[in-house]
Amino acid sequence: MSEIQTSDTGGGKKKKGGSKQKKLSVHIDFTPMVDMNMLLITFFMLCTSLSKPQTMEISMPSNDKKVTEQDQTKVKASQSITLVLTGGDSIFYYNGLPDYKDYNSLKLSSYKADGIRSMLLTRNNEAVYKIKDLKLKKLQLKITQAEFTKQASEIKNGKKTPVVIIKATDNATYKNLIDALDEMQICNIGRYVIDTISAGDKFLLKNRETKGMLTRNIAK
Amino acid sequence: MSKVKVARKSTRIDMTAMSDVTVLLLTFFMLTSTFVQKEPVQVATPASVSEIKIPESNILQILIDPTGKVFMSLDKQGDMVETLTSVGRDLNVTFTPEEIRKFKVEKTFGVPIKNMKAYLAMSVENQDKVLKDLGIPTDSTDNQFKVWIKNARATNPDLRIAIKADQKTPYKVIKSVMTSLQDLRENRYNLITSLKVESAN
Repeated sequence: MSEIQTSDTGGGKKKKGGSKQKKLSVHIDFTPMVDMNMLLITFFMLCTSLSKPQTMEISMPSNDKKVTEQDQTKVKASQSITLVLTGGDSIFYYNGLPDYKDYNSLKLSSYKADGIRSMLLTRNNEAVYKIKDLKLKKLQLKITQAEFTKQASEIKNGKKTPVVIIKATDNATYKNLIDALDEMQICNIGRYVIDTISAGDKFLLKNRETKGMLTRNIAK
Repeated sequence: MSKVKVARKSTRIDMTAMSDVTVLLLTFFMLTSTFVQKEPVQVATPASVSEIKIPESNILQILIDPTGKVFMSLDKQGDMVETLTSVGRDLNVTFTPEEIRKFKVEKTFGVPIKNMKAYLAMSVENQDKVLKDLGIPTDSTDNQFKVWIKNARATNPDLRIAIKADQKTPYKVIKSVMTSLQDLRENRYNLITSLKVESAN
């Protein structure tokens, strides 16, 4: 394939003075080299992945039984929002303490932008605007990245921001959980926790499903 | 009438430039990409807006498939060996050097301890076939998963735990894994997701 072509054309004309060295033009055919490279590229494209996976860092509450009453963080009922993730990609929420008597206190919402996101953004609007200002400042290079992270976490964990409790039933999928955690990030909510579903929440769900049948039964 | 002589042109193309391009592409691919890890089950991770990249090393990856089988992988072979021996000690199984050698090169593991010896005696092709039907038991009566995590943590304190689960996995399975981790006071860990492009916000 590759060949070294000499400048003389196969002994047609001969130059005078044969003592002169022949000029060799070194011309290598690169086609096989290209073939091999293409093969290697194909191999790398098929066997490797370009994108590194993203992660989401979460910290769960410790379920240490020794944690005393004083150590527990208490939040105002008015600030708390409980999200209940259920099967069929539906999501319910209630504000503050659960109202077992009124089945309408448990509200149905969705993972779409007009669902829990708009609700959480309205509840957290103060922090959302502050974070927006902060982002603008960072873009205008008024503050450094380190300052931005520090101030952002201060705003997110501020005293007045809502606290979100995420509870999921057994039928919910992992995607639902990730979506709910995603909303926390989008809505700049710094204080949230994943909790196990309680009997009370199951009652609320059931009660809502039967349109308050359970409460009426109890009242009887 | 004189014939018009068509000049015979050589069709030889100089491939040097082409070769340059391909070498460049090859270099790019070699530098930016990472090899796909062999995993016993195909997992489609849910998308999220989070942009934190996963750290390079010291990762303990927990792989959960849609039916709830749990697999684990450690990125350092030294940790693998020590973890296996200490888990064996806890569960009263001793492994021969040959078995340890075979376990060391495994990419992902997830076999109940009672099947471990038989599994390690198999050929690699057979291992691939059976592995996807096994998995580490996580139920409360026989929680070998906890033993594995505990010993992996004891071997390498810098280990970061990353959970990689399929988006269709029922929350029940995730919950049992999360409570097991909580029991071991592993309260900080990563959830592996893929990138979602968020238009709103």
